[in-house]
Amino acid sequence: MVKSSVFAGLHRNIFAGFVVSLIALPLALGLAVASGFPMVAGIVTAVVGGVLVSVFGGSHVTITGPGYGLVVVLLSAVAVLGEGDMQAGYLYALSAVVFSGGLLLIFGFLRFGALSDFFPASAIQGMLSAIGVTLLVKQFYVMLGDMKTKGTVLELLAGIPDLIKSLSFASPGQLYAVSIGVISLLIMFFYSKITNRVFRLIPAPMWVILLALGFDVYFAVLGGENPINNKLLISLPNDMLTSVPSPDFSKWKEPVFWGIVLSVTLVSSIESLLSIKAVDKLDPEKRRSNINKDMRALGIATIVSGFLGGMNVGTVISRSSVNVNNQATNRSSNFFHALFLLSFVIVFQDQLGKIPFTALAAILVYTGYKLTAPAIFVRMYQIGKEQLFIFLTTLVATLITDLISGILIGLLATFVVHVVLNKAFWLFSRNLLKPNVLMYKESETQSYYVGVIHFCTFLNFYKLKSKLDKVPQSEKVVIDFSLCSFVDHTVQESLHSYEELFLRKGGVVEIIGLDVHQTDSSHPFAVRTLRPMQNLRVFGGGKTRRQQQLEALAEQKGWSYKASPKFQKHLLRDHLGYETTAIERVYNRLSNTSKGISLFDVKYSEGVFIAKESIQTTLLCVRLKNPAPVFSFDREMLLEKLSHLAGFHDIDFPEYPAFSDDFYVRGNNPEKVHLFFTPELISFFSAYGFYHIMCNGKELVVRQFLRPATPAEATAMIEFGLSLKKKIDE
Amino acid sequence: MHKNEYNTIVVGVAFSPNLKANVFEALRMSILFDASLVMVHVGEKSTTKETALQKIIADFPQSLPKYTVLWKAGQPAEVLLNACADEHADLLILGALQREGLLKYYIGSVARKLTRKCTCDVLLLIKPAVERLPCSFAVVNGLAHEKTEAAIARAFYVLHALGATRLTIVEEISEDAVAVKVDDDRGLRKSTIVKERITLREGSRVKKILSQVPEKLKRAVAHDVQPIFGRRGYSIGHFARVKRADLLVLNAPQKHSVWDRLFPHDLEYILSDLPTDVLIVR
Repeated sequence: MVKSSVFAGLHRNIFAGFVVSLIALPLALGLAVASGFPMVAGIVTAVVGGVLVSVFGGSHVTITGPGYGLVVVLLSAVAVLGEGDMQAGYLYALSAVVFSGGLLLIFGFLRFGALSDFFPASAIQGMLSAIGVTLLVKQFYVMLGDMKTKGTVLELLAGIPDLIKSLSFASPGQLYAVSIGVISLLIMFFYSKITNRVFRLIPAPMWVILLALGFDVYFAVLGGENPINNKLLISLPNDMLTSVPSPDFSKWKEPVFWGIVLSVTLVSSIESLLSIKAVDKLDPEKRRSNINKDMRALGIATIVSGFLGGMNVGTVISRSSVNVNNQATNRSSNFFHALFLLSFVIVFQDQLGKIPFTALAAILVYTGYKLTAPAIFVRMYQIGKEQLFIFLTTLVATLITDLISGILIGLLATFVVHVVLNKAFWLFSRNLLKPNVLMYKESETQSYYVGVIHFCTFLNFYKLKSKLDKVPQSEKVVIDFSLCSFVDHTVQESLHSYEELFLRKGGVVEIIGLDVHQTDSSHPFAVRTLRPMQNLRVFGGGKTRRQQQLEALAEQKGWSYKASPKFQKHLLRDHLGYETTAIERVYNRLSNTSKGISLFDVKYSEGVFIAKESIQTTLLCVRLKNPAPVFSFDREMLLEKLSHLAGFHDIDFPEYPAFSDDFYVRGNNPEKVHLFFTPELISFFSAYGFYHIMCNGKELVVRQFLRPATPAEATAMIEFGLSLKKKIDE
Repeated sequence: MHKNEYNTIVVGVAFSPNLKANVFEALRMSILFDASLVMVHVGEKSTTKETALQKIIADFPQSLPKYTVLWKAGQPAEVLLNACADEHADLLILGALQREGLLKYYIGSVARKLTRKCTCDVLLLIKPAVERLPCSFAVVNGLAHEKTEAAIARAFYVLHALGATRLTIVEEISEDAVAVKVDDDRGLRKSTIVKERITLREGSRVKKILSQVPEKLKRAVAHDVQPIFGRRGYSIGHFARVKRADLLVLNAPQKHSVWDRLFPHDLEYILSDLPTDVLIVR
């Protein structure tokens, strides 16, 4: 990239940085307080992060600062390390932040950017929801003016009715603050419903701040004192820029300390990695972030932030998405967001002191709610009951124990679910360490073929991922799971984001070979797939994406589509080369009865017992109007298992030497075949030579590959069939 | 003797459900290669077994090639190795299990041992059949290795004899050869260019090997080259499986130790999970 591009569109980045800083300000203040850190810590984190990551980072339009996931871990770190003394706990926690930055830096150098792929998607979701619940419950207390909450999340949850009752004894000072908090929460919830453009110029969290300040101004104009209890107003130290706390490293020998360092690092890196991945999908210039470089930058920023009294620097999704929406083009917007933030704090120091804690808490209650909204539970259930089970297990385990144990329990639960679903431990134990992915560029089609065998779950997804990452995203990739017994939800979800990435850059990811998995599951040892993706179970009747695309194709052509049509055992019986096959299943049948053409996937086997070979492919059947000779047409390279057909001769067309050289035409009656192959037909076949065609006199069977066709290939096959029929019937 | 010709074929026979299929395959092979066949049975000779074997041989529909039956007691692997040496065998045929399961079929583990120690070519049949299943498509490795040339030449010879019509030469290129870490778009562009360069280089190497193969064989067997970037020894097996190859031709391994069993590489991947019939060329 050219250096000058940093300055291209500078005004846009400055503007984006400004808008982001409006949101970042309340969030930084709120997250710091919620973490048990002094208010300035949040600002320090965002400023240090913004400056350093914009210089050293490897991503493009991300925003860095304090993350919500940290709140939970840091708060407990302060409490545990300080043993009741918040100030001491803060200084100990700072040293943990510094170490965690060091770990992140090391992770970056060790190229651990794929770390988040090793956790099952549902377990990560469960962990995030647990963070959400914690945030929601704890901040709910703060929002109602109760600043001294203690106890586990579950205890606090149970205490909410008492809390609400206690409001009736509250002082007017507290009630004012609480009403600001409640109104702020309403603003957060209904902001997205309001379409007024003027109102939407300012982001919701900033409205909350403005509301709080307006409240203060209102009383100032009346000439009175702000009625809110002083204890409920935030206070920024006057010397905040000069007095820098120094981390206390004296606890580094204690195992508890390292547990905290580890969980802080884990949460911070997972949150950052997920955010970077999500933001890459939003980037209007479709760039790919250098995740490992970004991790190193986050590590450096975290170390510096820790020494200056700040929290872990992470990549944060909501602020980044606002950044993208305001047309940021590069990292400089992150830098400007930091500058604006810093200037706000310096210029408006007095005004910021008028904001009640309750207003900030309302913003965090809303954030917590977003992380654990009922919609997430519903989505988990839609993906599958087993996913809901994993999700809930992780959620509850994280709430009862701690983050690290929670995610580990979630991991274990996922594995157990997989073993139970497959009723086969050996599938995983035997194949875990073996390579299972093959990728090559098909020389015929110039597309990339990726084959996966054994199983593909969160345990070994990195193998598939490393292959996919090496494909230019403007190319076509076919991922074949037909030899893979089990594909889990994590993989499917990740593949879905690959599909999006490729689509954005003009490439295609097509997934084949999953359509049969579900039915196989009736067999005790056989395969199963967890049907993945969004709402398939509810709306699509369990169709895979490929099936949906085929259905759409049928609709577009006015053909009929049946995912599992009535079984036709006689289907290929009298076709050359298929006489010895045992058809196990015909599925995804697209047909047009009036034209006599149908396209279907078929699973058949050849041979028996140990010689048995199972094949899945897509065939196109074309019924002919007039009788035709029996023949087979093939390009040399596709020829197989035909040499033993008795009574078949190679047929040459001396008048078309190029055609004769390139293709094999065989038949038992050369004269008739010669008559049948008119010059038009020969030029037509020369152009579509990649098909393999068999004719039994009445019907043509067309095949391209010995694997199911992708929807695009199926479309091409149908077009081919239609024009071929037209050519022959005339 | 032309180095490419099989004159003596040894087959290990054991009284398993596959006995008839194994014997028939071996008989057919020796007809196709015009070679004499030595059937080696490991274990004491007994009349019941002998009559059973004779009955199977008598069932063979074609005219029988020249064959002898040896009955030898001892460790299966040792006996077969000695028989190969004594008979100056050019090819050893073995029935193997497609995947080595927990219930290790005895011939399966023997096959593993033999492929490492045998001094002649070894053909492992994963699906011996009584009726002939034609072999039409084979895959041979084309990696940069001193023995590759011999393997490719042998593949052409064997395929021609078996009447197969298609051969794909798979160049396995280790990912390490690319030596570019793909972190972002720039790394990706770089690695794509490097890969193309390597592909061209490897392609010309294989072309050079192909120029040594007699024209007659090349005309009879259609062939193409497929470069694959991936784990050596693993990718070719997976490729053969995906492409439904009937035969996989490989170089013999250089060295083998316990270490290789623990950390499988090259041949070990294929031996532990045979994708199709495998011919190992010495």
